[in-house]
Parts: sequence; structure tokens; C-alpha cells
Amino acid sequence: MRDVRDALMVARNSDDKLIRRPLSPHLQVYRWPISMMLSIGHRVTGVGLGIGALLLTWWLVAAAVSDDAFDAVQGFLATPIGLLLLFGWTLALFFHLFAGIRHLAWDAGYGFDKPWYDRSGWAVVIATALATVLLWIIGLAVW
Amino acid sequence: MAKTPQVDIMRSPLGRARGLGAAKAGAVHWWMQRLTSLALVPLTLWFLCAMVRMIGSTRDDVVYWMAGPLPIVLMIALVIATFHHLQAGMQVVIEDYVTRDWLRIGSILLVKALCILLALACIVSVLRLGL
Repeated sequence: MRDVRDALMVARNSDDKLIRRPLSPHLQVYRWPISMMLSIGHRVTGVGLGIGALLLTWWLVAAAVSDDAFDAVQGFLATPIGLLLLFGWTLALFFHLFAGIRHLAWDAGYGFDKPWYDRSGWAVVIATALATVLLWIIGLAVW
Repeated sequence: MAKTPQVDIMRSPLGRARGLGAAKAGAVHWWMQRLTSLALVPLTLWFLCAMVRMIGSTRDDVVYWMAGPLPIVLMIALVIATFHHLQAGMQVVIEDYVTRDWLRIGSILLVKALCILLALACIVSVLRLGL
């Protein structure tokens, strides 16, 4: 043992012999409950929103630069790929927003009991679906 | 099966860890992540409403909109909070999954540099549009 980080992984067993502590079972052995899906979903959407931030940068810079550059972004966003990206962005944004509010409630100390844990999880899923559909209905109606 | 570990330094694990201080910067990273997320809740909702109203608008419309006192300020606030939150979140993800030191530190620095440059590009663009 040469690394400080190893200190927590080494212990003595009942025979006073040094052993490496066993690792807890990992992801693949669990039946995935909603809380696990939302947890990893929060990370995945967070990374995905980085791509959304690139899109926002492109849009703002193009608007600041020239008519041609701006038309290029607007044209791209109106293509099927562009619309799919925008749809994915709004979906990820709403999910990360609602799941993030759930995280903030936990940070404040609320919502840890089991029934609320599951209930708030499903609330995030339902709110995400409703908000995304509503936004696109309004958006397509305006368009 | 890993071979039986050996302690080859005559110090207890606690002794080794003590005095090293908080890992990285203590609670600052965690707190800034929460602070920016709190700011991003209203800013994001405002941004989405604004973007829906901008659908189908021309570049002139964007310039006209951004020249208002509220949009220019809120857009800059949104950009700063977004990119700060993005680099903080990406750092945690990278720290969790990338084990090789040089690759982990390198990619974190790269992400941070990118976030700063993109944020600056956004802010300069907003100022050019709105001022």
C-alpha cells in the first residue's frame, strides 16, 4: 500500500490478517428501479446539454456575425437533424431541470423517505414529458 | 483475486491522510454547482419562453430583442451560470470515470478551457447584438 487512497480499501479480518475490502455489487446485478434510471439520466442529460450549449453558442455568434451565418444556423435547425437536436435538447433540458430541482430538495434535506423518493421520481418523468410535449405543441403552432 | 496487500510504510492509514486538508477545494465546488443550478431554474424557464417567441424571427428581430435592457442582462447571466455549471458537472463526471491521472487532469483542463472560451464567445456576441 503506497497510495493514500488505498487506505480505505484495506482492513484486517477476524484473523488479524490484512485483506482488501470486498467491493459492493455493481450496476449489472441490480434490477433497475426508477431512482437508478433518474440518477444516471441526470448525468447523461447533463453531458448532453453540453452539446446544447454548443448549439446556443453557434446561434449567438452567428447572429452577431452576419446575415448569412445566421441564415445558416436557422436553416440547419429547420432540417430533420436540426429539429431532432432541438427536440433532444428540450427533452434533456426539462429532465435535467426537474431532476435538478429534486436534487436541490434533497440538498435541503427533504424527500428522502422511500414513498416520496419514488413519487418524486415519477413526478420528474411525468413533468418532463408534459413540459416537452407542451413546448413543442406551442412551438409548432407558432412556427 | 488480488494478492494480499502489504503495508510497507510504517504509518497508519489515518496518519497518512491527516493534514492533507480537504480533497481539492473543500465545499466550494459543490456549493457553486448548487448556486448556479438555483440561478439556472428561473433563467432557463425565461430563456425557453423567449426562444419560443423567437421562432421564425429574422436576424433583425434578434438584434431588436437583445437591445432591450432585460434580455441582454439575463442572457449574459444565463451564459455565465450555464457554462460554470457545465464545467463543474463535466469535472465530476470525468473525475468519476477517467482513472489515468494525465488523461483525467488533461481532459478536465480542456473542458474548462473550452467552457471559458465558449462563454466569452457568447458574451461578446450578446454585447455585439445588444449594445
